Amino acid sequence: MSRRTKTAIYGVLCLLALPFLFPTWWMITSSVKPVNEIFAFPPTLWPSEVRFDAYRRAFELQPFAQQYFNSMYIALLVTVGTLAVSAMAGYAFARIRFPGANVLFVVILTGLLIPSEVTIVPLFKMFDAWGMVDTHWPLILVPILGAPGVLATFIMRQFFLALPGELEEAARVDGLGRFAIFRLIALPLARPALGAVAIFTFLHSWNLYLEPIVFLSSSEMFTLPQALTQFTDAYGGPMWDIQLSAATMTALPVLAVFVIAQRQFIEGLAHTGLKG
Amino acid sequence: MSTRFWTGSRRDAAAGYLFIAPQLLGSILFVFVPLGLVFWYSLHEWNVLADTFTFVGADNYQALLDDPRLTDALAATGLFSAGLVVLNLTLALLLAVLLNQRLRGTVFFRTVFFSPVVVSLVAWTIVWGFLLQNDGGINGLLKTVGVHGPNWLRGETTAMLAVVVVQVVKNVGLNMVLFLAALQGVPANLYEAATVDGASRTRQFRSITVPMISPTILLTSIITVVGSLQVFAQIAVLTQGGPGTSTTVLVYYLYQQAFQFHHFGYGATLSVLLFAIVLLLTLVQWRMRRKWVFHES
Repeated sequence: MSRRTKTAIYGVLCLLALPFLFPTWWMITSSVKPVNEIFAFPPTLWPSEVRFDAYRRAFELQPFAQQYFNSMYIALLVTVGTLAVSAMAGYAFARIRFPGANVLFVVILTGLLIPSEVTIVPLFKMFDAWGMVDTHWPLILVPILGAPGVLATFIMRQFFLALPGELEEAARVDGLGRFAIFRLIALPLARPALGAVAIFTFLHSWNLYLEPIVFLSSSEMFTLPQALTQFTDAYGGPMWDIQLSAATMTALPVLAVFVIAQRQFIEGLAHTGLKG
Repeated sequence: MSTRFWTGSRRDAAAGYLFIAPQLLGSILFVFVPLGLVFWYSLHEWNVLADTFTFVGADNYQALLDDPRLTDALAATGLFSAGLVVLNLTLALLLAVLLNQRLRGTVFFRTVFFSPVVVSLVAWTIVWGFLLQNDGGINGLLKTVGVHGPNWLRGETTAMLAVVVVQVVKNVGLNMVLFLAALQGVPANLYEAATVDGASRTRQFRSITVPMISPTILLTSIITVVGSLQVFAQIAVLTQGGPGTSTTVLVYYLYQQAFQFHHFGYGATLSVLLFAIVLLLTLVQWRMRRKWVFHES
């Protein structure tokens, strides 16, 4: 490759990188700017002085720590639950012969064709009838057992299909039962697939917005995405300094984990079943 | 327990049913029962505030045909999906091809382009809303180079464009990674042979790269089209469906009807429509795979 081609490629990449890097940079720097500097002209790329007032006020205006905890524990529960349910089902569909397995697999898989937005009205009525509106149950149960979990099951099945059978055979000869084989042999080998499923399950739950605003009504039950949009003034206009500091607190931890473990993130997602 | 009844294969079958039970019961309870209920509700007039639930047959479907706002919603949805799919897949493929070169720093750029995927969706959208305001950062930057930017979120065309761009930048990294994985699976000797035959770079891209990665193009296009029909948070945060109804996509309209105007029956009817569209598009794309997809593993 000639030097000119190389320079051209770097040029294009740097230019394209701007809309990817700039918003995050703008979010973090603006969140620590003094309020009157947020809309300064010309825009300041670097804050003239660093202030954390907006961070403090985010916790005063809403039970933000509680909301943070809500999002975190829901996402973790959903992740663990999805891993358990999808690994078991995926394993069974890939490695166990039982009557009706193919039909049942197709039935479960058709769930992928039904976006959760389609079923939101009846789900609301169902959880309403069970007295679970304004609780976290809908945000925990539906992602684990409903449509989002189906994709996880599919990915786990694809992974278990590719596993060599000899190890299992040896274990069977040694007299291990199905559950022991699953737990002691298949599951440890499935770590890359479990990792990928864990990542996208966590992100999915962390990003959920329609479901929380439909199911939750009291601010101490809110999750972060919902809480972020509630920092408004008396006229309903956004309080930008506080929204930006709260957005920074929401985005930064996951972003930091990603930058540290980006190889596992990207390769995990690229190589797990999704190759089709 | 009689050992004769619990033969190996019977024990295996029992284990199989036990393993799939949570997923199967969950799918029935949280996917198929609500899907059935959506059809049932769509045949009813259901006003939650007045607490009325009366069977009206196909009335809601007739209302669907007569609803002028639905036409707007479908137009907005179609515009958003078309814009998103074209921009997303083109950019994803371009980025993947650029990052597939033997260059230093590709890991860095890959991280940069993927990073918005892990940023919380609403946080990301709030920041863009902040940037896209009339006196926001983007117009501020444009002014420094002497360009007077429009009020992005208040103009009918620019609002839709803004929502599409915000969504593309947020999620293009996913498709890019899938394309990268596919590109790395194309055997290098195909390119070597083509170079010996004197094929140009564009010719190689058209005749080798695209056919070889066509299964991934199909997969990403299905994921992206279906995902584009589900857009909600970006609309709710950036434009609330406006200005006018220019960004009121189907899911946002469904949310408004069901949860803001409390017309559950009509909301359910809109859900049935959404389901029909998703199903139709998926089936069309699946049928088209014969035309598109060069090889299937």
